[in-house]
Amino acid sequence: MLPSFSKVIAEKNANQPPAHGTQVAHGVGDSPLHIPKIETRDLNFFYGQRQALFNITMSVPQRNVTALIGPSGCGKSTFLRTLNRMNDIVDGARVEGTVLLEGIDIYNPNVDVVALRKRVGMVFQKSNPFPKSVFDNVAYGPRIGGLTDRRKLMEIVESCLKRAALWEEVSHRLKDSALALSGGQQQRLCIARALATDPEVLLMDEPASALDPASTARVEDLIFELRRNYTIVIVTHNMQQAARVSEYTAFFFQGKLIEIDKTDQIFTKPKEKETEDYITGRFG
Amino acid sequence: MSSEFSPSTSRPSLYRRWTLSTLKEQSIRVLLFACALVSVATTIGIIGILVVETGLFFSQVSVGAFFGDTVWAPQSSDEPRFGIWPLACGTFLVAGVAGLIGLPMGLLAALYLSEYASERSRSILKPILEVLAGIPSIVFGYFGLVFVTPYVLQPIFMNGLGIDVGPFNVLSAGIVVGIMIIPTISSLSEDVLRSVPQGLREAGLALGSTKFDVSVRIILPAALSGIIAAFLLALSRAIGETMAVTIAAGSQPDLTLNVFRPVETMTAYIVLISLGEAAEGSIEKRSLYVVAMSLFLITLAMNIVARFILRRYRNEYQ
Repeated sequence: MLPSFSKVIAEKNANQPPAHGTQVAHGVGDSPLHIPKIETRDLNFFYGQRQALFNITMSVPQRNVTALIGPSGCGKSTFLRTLNRMNDIVDGARVEGTVLLEGIDIYNPNVDVVALRKRVGMVFQKSNPFPKSVFDNVAYGPRIGGLTDRRKLMEIVESCLKRAALWEEVSHRLKDSALALSGGQQQRLCIARALATDPEVLLMDEPASALDPASTARVEDLIFELRRNYTIVIVTHNMQQAARVSEYTAFFFQGKLIEIDKTDQIFTKPKEKETEDYITGRFG
Repeated sequence: MSSEFSPSTSRPSLYRRWTLSTLKEQSIRVLLFACALVSVATTIGIIGILVVETGLFFSQVSVGAFFGDTVWAPQSSDEPRFGIWPLACGTFLVAGVAGLIGLPMGLLAALYLSEYASERSRSILKPILEVLAGIPSIVFGYFGLVFVTPYVLQPIFMNGLGIDVGPFNVLSAGIVVGIMIIPTISSLSEDVLRSVPQGLREAGLALGSTKFDVSVRIILPAALSGIIAAFLLALSRAIGETMAVTIAAGSQPDLTLNVFRPVETMTAYIVLISLGEAAEGSIEKRSLYVVAMSLFLITLAMNIVARFILRRYRNEYQ
């Protein structure tokens, strides 16, 4: 038993019962709500000669938060970036195996990577708003999609900013530069911007690691809220955070997937010794 | 408290002692400083001469005539006239044509190198582009005179459209200077484009942008001020360009906007007077200095503005 996390998880379950009911208990896949959104099979990944991922086979359930944890360099970020093919832009990167998004192999040569990334959005560790106005940042995705109608854009911007819990703070300064916002606001803006392309999946690479505790809490609440409509995969170094926001947790170590299970399970009764050692702080 | 930290008696003294090595250190310092001083002193000397001669020039020709007259005829025997506009106009016309050609081509080359090219093609193309910068400008001038005008401009404009194109003309000079400044623009702009944080590219791509979307909607706007600075530096180079324009654009100080006609640029005039037989102390010789001064002030101003913009741009992303 790992008492330090049971408290966090008990609090989470008490305050915010999972959106789709607890009746699912611990059985993965015995509810239609837990059908996999993304599946990977024997996924291997190479940076040049160096292999960074080894035979990753796992599934990411739809409309849930799946956390990827593990020590630095364990491959969790690399894995995340194979899911929207962001690794394509890295020189010398090579992928073997399959990544299925709703059954379609995204590494099939006929797959349009631009279309893929519209469906699989991403939020980065370092907030990276464009040096444009708040409005133009959120409107970016719809605009490259060809939308020019100012009224429609405004509707989208407003609804995305509301979903990202930022509207109240920026509604009067939509024309201001996004770079004038605080760090936490910038990160929520990036989330709003990602939502504006209407993705089904949101990949988050340590989205709160550069934020202060108050901003982190806001982003975490937001993630917990967003899981109702989006499939979220979040990489985090912060295990408390994984325990707070995720339904499922996957533990990566040295490029391998050691264990994936319900978050409650991972943090209270991990099956693997390595997982237990990591989350109890014995290494990493 | 702890006896093991008691001061040792055998430690070297902190006071400086004069030895041969400190003397050597001092003399190296002085030597290096002297070398740096030479270039600074030269610059100061040149500016000093320019200022003095300009002052002498304006004691003979009024400032009003210099800026008000539209005729530049310093060698006219009965009544020499010193209106700067024909020279200024010729200079800016050539630089303008050069800009129209060099700026877009240099920028697109930079965009290709920074956003599209693979490491491999970059490593081949960049050095080639830099070789272009190493070609002596007189070669470009000659190229304009014996190739661009007779084999490109005259067939198209004279034979094709019936426009009179003389052997010396602004267009040929502008074209070759435009080609000359491509490496300047592309290498400066490429630096600027590459300094746009990688995070912005990733953010754009992750939102489902094509490379073109990322380049045009994110990278270029983000790098705009830096690119403007690169443009200014390149234009100031075009304005200061001498040999290419002296050869290709001719030496006829006309106030014209017709790019098919010859003009005389400021630099071409300076060449002309330097090589001519104008007596030291004559008004003609002094006019050389006043033109040089004008040229210096124009390019200096452009360089200062460009450096200022560039520095502000660099601070934006740090």
